[in-house]
Formats: sequence, structure tokens, C-alpha cells
Amino acid sequence: MHRVVITGAGTINALGHDVPSTLAAMREGRCGIGPLSIRDVDRLSVRIGGQVTGFDEAQHFSRQELSLYDRFTQFALIAAREAMAQSGLAPEGEAALRIGVVLGNSGGGLGTTDDNYRAVYEEGKSRVHPFVVPRLMNNAAASHISMAHGLMGPSFTVSTACASSNHAMGLAFQMVRSGAAPAMVTGGSEAMLCFGGVKAWEGLRVMSRRGCRPFSRDRDGMVQGEGAAVYVFETEESARARGAEILAEVAGFAMTSDASDIVMPSQQGAERAIAGALADAGLSAGEVGYINAHGTGTAANDRTECAAVASVFGAAAERVMISSTKSMHGHLIGGTGAVELLACLSALRDGVVPPTIGYAEADPDCPLDVVPNVAREARVGAALSNAFAFGGLNAVLALRAG
Amino acid sequence: MQMDKTLDADASMLPSAHRDIGARVTAILAEQAMLEPSDVEPQHSLAEIGIDSLGLVESIFAIEEAFDIQVPFNANDPAASAEAFDISTVATITAAVESLVRQQHA
Repeated sequence: MHRVVITGAGTINALGHDVPSTLAAMREGRCGIGPLSIRDVDRLSVRIGGQVTGFDEAQHFSRQELSLYDRFTQFALIAAREAMAQSGLAPEGEAALRIGVVLGNSGGGLGTTDDNYRAVYEEGKSRVHPFVVPRLMNNAAASHISMAHGLMGPSFTVSTACASSNHAMGLAFQMVRSGAAPAMVTGGSEAMLCFGGVKAWEGLRVMSRRGCRPFSRDRDGMVQGEGAAVYVFETEESARARGAEILAEVAGFAMTSDASDIVMPSQQGAERAIAGALADAGLSAGEVGYINAHGTGTAANDRTECAAVASVFGAAAERVMISSTKSMHGHLIGGTGAVELLACLSALRDGVVPPTIGYAEADPDCPLDVVPNVAREARVGAALSNAFAFGGLNAVLALRAG
Repeated sequence: MQMDKTLDADASMLPSAHRDIGARVTAILAEQAMLEPSDVEPQHSLAEIGIDSLGLVESIFAIEEAFDIQVPFNANDPAASAEAFDISTVATITAAVESLVRQQHA
């Protein structure tokens, strides 16, 4: 068994195009959600999202690369570049054969699918670009990261809806802890903000048209976001031997299945995942200073999540801070846990707990300290990051300050 | 069976277009509940005929398609949605659809 540490982090999302700008936005409680700028937005009833703006793909990639990279792959590659540069990990020889990439995503190249369905169904074209399949496949992002950085070990993609990234990072953690790999590149990416991607979510009638206000009594649903975050997980020995900076320790992980309903969350399933992550990390609830909530802003999730935390934490629930940064960057679906891990790094490393913004009114069903509207300075020794997916699949990570 | 008569009696008081809306809404809800339309009564709540939250969202979709209307309903807050679309009973849903058809097809 090895101790597992994070030595690199990278991101691009609605709050910023890298980690420092994202952490600054979280500290300021800035909202990255705004009017959507996408084709046919006038035919949508939900017209807001946490969109990556000011992004010129041509500044990052060549024309040939772009013919192969869907937007979710572009985001993943940009985040991986930042994480690898910070980590300083330069795999070569034997090590490169054992280091791989585990990414979470749910929609894959949905924008590519959307564009090409439009071409053949709406515009009546009989021919599509030859690279449609390699662009849209769910593993494209993980594969391109492996190619960009010469990582020849185990690489694959995990798709468990809103828990995809947490499942991916949890598996990467287990692989490094067990010695199966000396290091892993992991995280998640999503780019579902296209006409079809938003239209599909509209159908379920759980989306807000105003904003994402988790835990607030006046909340009225979720808001989609997009982007990626990627990390380098490696053994503590390796990080120390290289003299790499340790951002935090990944201390535990647990996953459970509700086995009950395809969309409604179960308090028991969430409880078992939270308690399992604490046990796996050897942490008591009282040691946890911060929880990054799943906190989607739907009536059902926020109520159930608060009840689960209260039940597992007991008296410690009165002291723990729990915030949902989805209020700022939106719900990145398969990429969400990855971007949200940055909030845990902020708490553990910088002593800044990002807030739940848009909070207007206390909800008796959510009676926890949700860090309303303003970030808080605090010494946090351990943190949890929750993800509870449609399908009843729960994945919770536990981290300690490095 | 007595309910059928009541339904017919109520319906007969309405102009034919509205009678038609009531019957069509009942048929949509009955199909979702896997019941015969004659088993669905105006005072029934959705829970009473076995329609859960997912079934409700599907029923609203079917109503939007059948009547070519937009139903303002957010599953996060059925109470707040109630002003525009009261889902308490089959009868309130029918009344809400009639009102939306009037507004949106005016």
C-alpha cells in the first residue's frame, strides 16, 4: 500500500482557463453562469449555462489536431498540459509503460454527434467528415492525453453520469495505492452545451432558467456547465524522490449503488458512500473540515445530501462546512467531480473554503453550514468531495492536507 | 361505473372542444398509469392512480405533444408551478390544460 498524493492540477471551465484563475474566482465567489451562446439557442427554453468563454481553440491546437478533437477532448488536453507541467512528471522508460490515464465523462463528443446528426438529418447531407467516430468516442480524451504525454500504461474512460470523474479519480487512486501504477493522470471532461445536449436536459424538467442556488430555499434546479480538470496522482515516495510539490493527499475513496431508482437519490446510498470514504481514509467525521457537496440545486438532491451528511457526521455536522461550487461553474455532469476537487485543494492548501453563491434563504431541509455567498478562511486538515449520479451511483473521495 | 356517469354529466355541460380536452387528458394519464380511461376519475390524484415523478414528467410531455402547448412545470418546485399548472388531481390538470390551450392558441 502506498500513500497517494496529488502533484499537478490543471483545468479549464467557466470560471477560468487555468487553476490559478479558477481558484481566484472561487475565492471571490464569482459566478461563471450566464446567457448561453450556442447555435439555435432561441429554440431552447433553458438559455443559461456555465460556458467556457473567450476560448479560441486555434490558439491551442493546430488545424490537423482540431479535425480530431471534439471540444471535450480539447478541454481535457488543456487541463492535462497544465497538470503535467506543474507536476514535472516526465515519464520515460519503464515508468512510462506503467503510467496511464483514467478520465470521467458522460457525453463524450456530444457536440460532434449533434453537428453531424444535424448535417445528415436536417440538412439532408449524405456524407460526414471521416473523423466523426474518433472525435465522438467517449475514450477520445483519455487516448489523446496518453498520446500527448507518452503514457503507455492502463488508460480508459469511466462513464457514470454525474459521478464519472469521482469514479475515475477513485480508480486512479486505488491503482496508485495498490502499486498497480506508479502514477496516474486522472480527472474528467465534459462539453455538453450544444443544442441537443441542453434540449435533452430540458425534457427532464429539473433545470433552472434563472441560476443555480444550491441549498437555498428558493432553488429551482440545476444549470449545466462545461470544461475539464485533470490531476497527476502519484505515490508519495515518487513525489518526494522527484522533489515535486505535494498539493494534497488522496486518502480514501468509496463507491456505492442505491439499487432503487434511475433518477431519485437515496439517502442510504449517499450515507454508505460518505461513511465508506471516511473509513477507507482512516478519518473520523470530526477531522473533516470541508465537504464539497454534490449540491446540484435540485429539490431532491440537496435535501437528501444534507440528510445523509447529518446522519453520518452526527454532532460533527454542526461544525463541518459544506458548499456547492456548482453555483459558480455549473454542473459539468461527467466532468464535475474533477473541477470540484479544486475547491478541496483550495480549502486544504490555501485555507480558503469556496462559498455556495446565490444563496438567498435558509431551507429547514438543509440545516448545515453551506458557506453562503462569501468564501471563508479556515484551517482544513481533511476534506470530502461528494458525487451522486443518476442511476443511483455514488462516489466520494477523501483528501488530507499534504 | 357511477363515476363514468358523473364524468359524462360534467362533460356534457362543457362546450365540445373542452369535453374533448378532458377526455384526451384522461386518456393520456390512463395510458401512463396503465389503466382504462374509465378507471380514472376527475378527483383522483396522480399518486392514487400510480403516477410517480417520472410518470408525471412523461405525462406532461405527452400533453404538450397532444395539444401543441408549452406546460410551465418545474419538477423541483411543483408547488410554485401550481399557479400555472396545478397537478393536484385529474380535474385540475384538465382545467390547466384547457386554460393553456386558450392562452396559447388564442
